[in-house]
Amino acid sequence: MSLLINIDASLSCWLLYTAVSWAWGIRLTLIKMNERKTINLEQGRDFMQKGITKLKNILEGLPEPQFSSEEYMMLYTTIYNMCTQKPPHDYSQQLYDKYRESFQEYITSTVLPSLREKHDEFMLRELVKRWSNHKVMVRWLSRFFYYLDRYFITHRSLPPLNEVGLACFRDLVYTEVNGKVRDAVISLIDQEREGEQIDRALLKNVLDIFVEIGMGQMECYENDFELSMLKDTAAYYSRKASNWILEVSCPDYMLKKVQNELLSVYATQLLEKEHSGCYALLRDDKVVDLSRMYRLFSKIPQGLEPISSMFKQHVTAEGTTLVKQADDAASNKKAEKRDVAGLQEQALKEAFEIFCNKGVAGSSSAELLATFCDNILKKGGSEKLSDEAIEDTLEKVVKLLAYISDKDLFAEFYRKKLARRLLFDESANDEHERSILTKLKQQCGGQFTSKMEGMVTDLALAKENQSHFEEYLSNNSNVSPGIDLTVTVLTTGFWPSYKSFDLNLPAEMVKCVEVFREFYQTKTKHRKLTWIYSLGTCNINGKFEPKTVELIVTTYQASTLLLFNLSDRLSYQEIMSQLNLSDDDVIRLLHSLSCARYKILIKEPNTKTISPTDTFEFNSKFTDKMRRIKIPLPPVDEKKKVIEDVDKDRRYAIDASIVRIMKSRKVLGYQQLVMECVEQLGRMFRPDVKAIKKRIEDLITRDYLERDKDNPNVFRYLA
Amino acid sequence: MPRVSKRKSDPVKSSEPATKKITKEVERIDSFFASYANTSLGMIDPEGVEKLCSDLSVEHTDVRVLMLAWKMNAKKQGYFTQDEWRTGLKSLHADTLKKLKKQLPELQKEVAMKENFEDFYCFSFCYCLTEDKQKNLDIETACVLLNLVLGRAYNLQVDSFIEYLKFQKEYKVINMDQWTNFYRFCQEIEFPDLKNYDDCLAWPIILDNFVDWLREKSTSA
Repeated sequence: MSLLINIDASLSCWLLYTAVSWAWGIRLTLIKMNERKTINLEQGRDFMQKGITKLKNILEGLPEPQFSSEEYMMLYTTIYNMCTQKPPHDYSQQLYDKYRESFQEYITSTVLPSLREKHDEFMLRELVKRWSNHKVMVRWLSRFFYYLDRYFITHRSLPPLNEVGLACFRDLVYTEVNGKVRDAVISLIDQEREGEQIDRALLKNVLDIFVEIGMGQMECYENDFELSMLKDTAAYYSRKASNWILEVSCPDYMLKKVQNELLSVYATQLLEKEHSGCYALLRDDKVVDLSRMYRLFSKIPQGLEPISSMFKQHVTAEGTTLVKQADDAASNKKAEKRDVAGLQEQALKEAFEIFCNKGVAGSSSAELLATFCDNILKKGGSEKLSDEAIEDTLEKVVKLLAYISDKDLFAEFYRKKLARRLLFDESANDEHERSILTKLKQQCGGQFTSKMEGMVTDLALAKENQSHFEEYLSNNSNVSPGIDLTVTVLTTGFWPSYKSFDLNLPAEMVKCVEVFREFYQTKTKHRKLTWIYSLGTCNINGKFEPKTVELIVTTYQASTLLLFNLSDRLSYQEIMSQLNLSDDDVIRLLHSLSCARYKILIKEPNTKTISPTDTFEFNSKFTDKMRRIKIPLPPVDEKKKVIEDVDKDRRYAIDASIVRIMKSRKVLGYQQLVMECVEQLGRMFRPDVKAIKKRIEDLITRDYLERDKDNPNVFRYLA
Repeated sequence: MPRVSKRKSDPVKSSEPATKKITKEVERIDSFFASYANTSLGMIDPEGVEKLCSDLSVEHTDVRVLMLAWKMNAKKQGYFTQDEWRTGLKSLHADTLKKLKKQLPELQKEVAMKENFEDFYCFSFCYCLTEDKQKNLDIETACVLLNLVLGRAYNLQVDSFIEYLKFQKEYKVINMDQWTNFYRFCQEIEFPDLKNYDDCLAWPIILDNFVDWLREKSTSA
């Protein structure tokens, strides 16, 4: 009875180990087995051989049951144990060799003979089957031997398991048969040209092999296949040409015809190929190869558009499918199979996470998601969709957030965009804004949404405040700002941080600020008001010759325009010194007023960009059919700042987490500390291990922690 | 034998000759001190130290001066107080210049002993923190100091590390933790193959980067 219990406990220990190591990829040497028996090389090899033989039988189609999770785990753990045993029993090198030998043995004994005895189309079919089997074998064996990939191969700078496996096929099979294969393919193509029906799918599969065997480089395809194919094609068409010359007039036309035909054939084949190749590369985390593929595509004229739309569709489809699968998996869990399903779900979740956290064109998925939300929630974004559809989409977005590791980055981008929507009155529907906040709160906890909720509340309070201000003004007729003034008072902590610049306000506005300040003093004496002019809007009447037009502009733009009340003409330098703003701001401002859709100012010289030597003049002849127009000022790219802010917050978060953990544990080993830290912070972001190490070092310098005298890998909390 | 009085104030009569001996020693140490001390300061200042060094026929940048400072547990670089002087020279049993000179090789041996060296190594770092509340040593000084204290015992590692410190741009100063761990690195890690270095352990990041740099150099070479 007790023996059984022991085995159960140890099995769940292994489960814990495997699941956690897949999820976090951190080597846990801490969850050690008590009195682990040393596995010697002979035993280990024999045991692995059994597994490998089982796999081969399955591939050959022999009656063999599938691998159970326990079998799989035993194989994996055997490798793990054999690699982490103390020398001389650490067998990493031997296992690495064994891995390669397994393929070589199988290929030499079974695969090659089966290929040699077939010809032409039958040989092609056999090759496709064997290649597919081989990939499966690589995948499974790599999983058994996975532990080697974690440390051994990086430490020795060796090719990873995946590469080794594929290279075996390339070196043993491909090098021998590729000539025959190429000839068989070309003869198939010739048949089609002669009007016969051929198995196009087979052709595509074979060409896929040419591409895949290059392992990301198109050399194999180009050198081994393409060159011959083009040569043959040229030969074929030149044979035909002599017949066609009678039918069509000039040779030029014919050449063009060949060229076009080749190009379109080429593009189509690649397209279809890439559809499967693309996904494979995505799945296997080969970002470098993907970019290489992208570059290759850009060589083909008009090749990119269909690719990118196909890619987009594919990505969305896959993404939605996976979400659904994860959902289904979660709800179909059975009690006894909980651990197994958990593992599967874990692997699926991880795969999806990797997929989700890929950047696209320089933007992280966290940012993209926030932008997506902004597009739905702002005016002019999704008015065509029904309320229900919008709710549904928001629901999906929030669910997707669970798979994004940089949740704090998403929060910051979302907050920034929310601020814009709220302050510039660009929000389409209050209900939706509130609804997504509720969903986010449910998913990520109150702390995640507290600031955003604060922002929404702030606006409501600000409205109240404004009505008090208006009351104050009507009661004190001697203090008048002179213009209609609305002030929105924000609570600093909730809103993103904005830099306040010392804009030189026009005299009219200075008075407004003064009046409001006096009013605010009557309300509360303990708060400091910082004016953020970059967020204000102004309605100005532009008294143009044809007619007066009301301009809706930002405070910055208004300040610029009001300068022209005092002089008709101003140079860039004069404007800059009078406004007291930076070059970047001034350029943006002047561009919006003189080079964009509405030219309120005339720029000399009349170029498309602003330069410090330009002069500007009030455009008295300006007019528009509308009586009121909005002149947009494009916002500065906040991305860099957001990332900076988030990085800073993360440093504090990591610090706090480390201190919290050490305070309660008093003494803790380095790896354990890192693990707990990662777990604690995982809800918001995935901290980089190096970053944690850096914070630990910093805390040592600041005397929060010290290293243990006897074991430098252990830390003590210093009260 | 006369009875030994238990009262603290009473001199122990039985050891009168010994006391006399001790007092003589103290006297000599004090006068030795006085011959180098700056009278207005009441302690030996850099000028005095330099003079002492030349009298001992050692360069004032010699590591033995550092060892002497360690023996005295001196607090301020370039200065020796009377207490420090007394402590150091008493434990060295050197009350004259001649004796002190003779003791220097012994001092070196003592420092080289395993149980003392680490203490000396850490002391040398602290000794170079000249400013008030200074916690870190600038790279240049650190390099010089490394060479001085570890250069002989671990010259391959020290040379390599100094080259790296001058090359890298991330750190402008070295802190105590990095300092102490470098010594541990020299003791524990096989050099230059670095086979047993594991960056998943709690080595300071500067050493992780150092090892990466070395490995890169060796593969590209």
